[in-house]
Amino acid sequence: MKITLKINNQVYTTHIDADESLLDTLRKLGFKSVKKGCDTGTCGVCTVLKNGKPVLSCQILAARAEGHDITTVEGLGEKADEIVDAIVSEGADQCGYCGPSLVVTTYAMKQELKDPTIEKINQYLSGNLCRCSGYEGQLRGIKKYMGVK
Amino acid sequence: MEFQEVKHSIPKVDGPGLLKGKSAYTDDITTDTALIIKLLRSPHPFARISSIDISKALKVDGIEGIITHKDVPRIPITRAGQGYPEPSPKDKFILDEYVRYVGDEVAIIAGINEKTVQDAMKLIEVEYEILDPVLDFEKAEGNTTVIHPEKEIYSMFPIGLDAKNNIACSYLNTMIYGDVDKAIAESDVKIEHRYYSQAQQHTSLEPHTSSAYIDVQERLNIISSTQNPYHTRRIIGEALQMPLRNIRVVKPRIGGGFGSKQQIHNDLFCALVTLKTGKPSKCFYTRKEVFENTFTRHQMRFDIRMAADKQGNINAIDMQLLSNTGAYGEHALTTFMVAGSKSLPLYNKVKALRFEGKVVYTNTCPAGAFRGYGAIQANFALESAVAELAEKLKMDPVELRLKNCIKEGETSPVFKVMGEGGEGIAQIMESCKLDYCIKRGQKLIGWNKKFPSQKISSTKIRSVGTAIAMQGSGIPLLDMGAAVLKLNDDGFFNLLVGATDLGTGSDTILSQIAAEAIGVPVDRIVITSSDTDTTPYDVGAYASSTTFVSGNAVRKAGLEMREKLITEASRVLAVESGEDVTFKNCIFTSKTSDKSITLKELSAGLYYQYGAEMKQLISSGSNTSPKSPPPFMAAYVEIELDTETGKIDVINYVGVVDCGTPINPNLARIQAEGGILQGIGMTLFENVIYSKDGRLLTNNLMQYKIPSRQDVKKITVEFAESYDPAGPYGAKSVGEIGIDTPPAAIANAIFNATGIRMRSLPFTPEKVLMELYKK
Repeated sequence: MKITLKINNQVYTTHIDADESLLDTLRKLGFKSVKKGCDTGTCGVCTVLKNGKPVLSCQILAARAEGHDITTVEGLGEKADEIVDAIVSEGADQCGYCGPSLVVTTYAMKQELKDPTIEKINQYLSGNLCRCSGYEGQLRGIKKYMGVK
Repeated sequence: MEFQEVKHSIPKVDGPGLLKGKSAYTDDITTDTALIIKLLRSPHPFARISSIDISKALKVDGIEGIITHKDVPRIPITRAGQGYPEPSPKDKFILDEYVRYVGDEVAIIAGINEKTVQDAMKLIEVEYEILDPVLDFEKAEGNTTVIHPEKEIYSMFPIGLDAKNNIACSYLNTMIYGDVDKAIAESDVKIEHRYYSQAQQHTSLEPHTSSAYIDVQERLNIISSTQNPYHTRRIIGEALQMPLRNIRVVKPRIGGGFGSKQQIHNDLFCALVTLKTGKPSKCFYTRKEVFENTFTRHQMRFDIRMAADKQGNINAIDMQLLSNTGAYGEHALTTFMVAGSKSLPLYNKVKALRFEGKVVYTNTCPAGAFRGYGAIQANFALESAVAELAEKLKMDPVELRLKNCIKEGETSPVFKVMGEGGEGIAQIMESCKLDYCIKRGQKLIGWNKKFPSQKISSTKIRSVGTAIAMQGSGIPLLDMGAAVLKLNDDGFFNLLVGATDLGTGSDTILSQIAAEAIGVPVDRIVITSSDTDTTPYDVGAYASSTTFVSGNAVRKAGLEMREKLITEASRVLAVESGEDVTFKNCIFTSKTSDKSITLKELSAGLYYQYGAEMKQLISSGSNTSPKSPPPFMAAYVEIELDTETGKIDVINYVGVVDCGTPINPNLARIQAEGGILQGIGMTLFENVIYSKDGRLLTNNLMQYKIPSRQDVKKITVEFAESYDPAGPYGAKSVGEIGIDTPPAAIANAIFNATGIRMRSLPFTPEKVLMELYKK
């Protein structure tokens, strides 16, 4: 079937299978920042923003994404720089496979959390698994970005 | 010691690019039009394929090839990538008429897309003769079921392979020092206990991925998420009887490995399909396949006897080990040996020592390399036993460790007797700050105030526990790494290394080492790694080798490049000897004549202006070492145990690490923190569980839980000031040491909270609660 998607403020018309996930469609369209990790909606590496809110693109049918604003890290452009700097300055990026999804989720968190604390940050990001870093370094960086001491 | 480039926390060279989502991993950079490969897998833990009919499946539109055991060379191989001759038994065929665990490969199916391949898979008709499986590793030896009845399997040198008794290898009557039985009999205080450590799944977030294509020179190219491209090339060549010159293996970025990518997984399937069809192919494992069909950590059982005199001098340790390698024997002998060689030297003052045991086959997922590699299992047993001995001696366990642990300038008989797969090499500890680490950690956790425990409410107890650990830095005189440096015309350098960055940051720290050695800022180094055509040899990323083994190779190449640059600069500056010329801030200056030239000017001259003196400057270094200086760590954990639910919360985990000079302190710290959390996961909940009929129950991330951000309150890592003279700028390894201590430290904390001794991992709430009820 043919659908029209708005991704990073650009319109894409593409053919998909009816049961195709948004994750597969995004990767086919060249948005390789969106990773496949677990097939069960558990690991978080496929996270993108749907109307500014983080969602798991493996759990959304591409067809259901029509009419919504989809944002990947490619679409954040310079808005991602501060988050990226915060993480790499702690060396907390490691293998990087969970990185782009962590960046978009952190970006959404900054918009959403009015009164951030360490507990709220860890809760907000708990669906973004990382097997390398032990999370401590990511927290050190993200705390700075969120203005939490 | 003052350094310009190393011992500085620069960001990872690939960090920003990866975080911004640049195409970098195997699936990202290989063609979307490649044939998709899926595997038909066995539903039975042990069976013989009596017939297989692919005719209907072949008729599916878009299917380009189906390969069964009848179509592949019958050459026994091992998928372990670790050496040549290979210490693992050659007990695997690409495809075989026997399937030895649920998920063992039956057929390789390639087609134009995933749906086509799935459709065809359903049409393959297989008849199995179902055989009795062996699922319990304690019943494997001498079982009536023989898992490897085939005649062809062999080992490249004696490893005690005894396939008809389901023994992949054994290690007996070798690691014997003194008379253990006598030393124990004559001691005042003794303990004897059995400990179990479970299988664990690596769960690197990038599933195992491989892709193949034929290039214009008609050579087979493999792009793979591998930790060791050179071993991969050698194994593919052996399995397919191809000259290695016709194979190229490239490792792009990898999404984590932890040892899981130290074996070949889907590379051979891609190679076969591409050779058969001439078309590019790709195999991207599902998470279920990663769980069911890659590898796990070796499940182990330890029987330990330990004895001391009344003053707490440990006299004797006897460690008997049974290890489960699953259906195939990858890394069977070497993980087994590391269990002894990376634990027993911690207590080097013993009068007698014995370490022996066997590794058995079972009809379960094969075990393979996993960060810690035997050491974490043994650390659990040994460091639990030391705490049990301290309890019996009525001694503070910290004091017992300080009294008995290895110190700088000392050695252990274990180093000479035990290597990996064979004899080892004697080692003196030229750097060992373990005693500092123990004392510093004791202070950081507040041991004297908190030991053993305090009740904080009617249902909650807080307690502390401790353990110490060691690892190695590469395998002495077996691991070799090499580096090439090439000067470019703008005064920057290409650093070519075979070393494999699997997310560890080795590309970054090797660049820092090169910059330090040449004497230029690190931004003058552009690194390319892990391509068997264009980068020099390196064993790959395992055995905590990269910083020490590959790092020293890079340092040698850097020093040689510096020498060559100064020779050229001296000539251009028309001064007699290189000693007259200094090289600082990318400027060569003659001390006597005050003339100078910049690196940029010199390099432009060498390539464009110096007429007959124009030349390419290239340097190289390769390194192997008889030394493998161990990093050390002292760990202290504070837990909160809920006596109503059995749940354990980690309040703070303190690790004080001696890894020599941390080349990049941030990256070293993350290695230690990440290792600690992976170890805590194994301790508290990660468990590989099979059904009674041999199916893996924990085959997705909902059943198999890895730690999230909310599972551990705090991890505190500090480094001891330490410098190992054998390491590049004093560095030792740091990749594995972090993972080793959590099982024992937390077991010891549970004991300190409740008096209950947990001797079987993991410590899930239900297990803790059951023990509390029994009490």
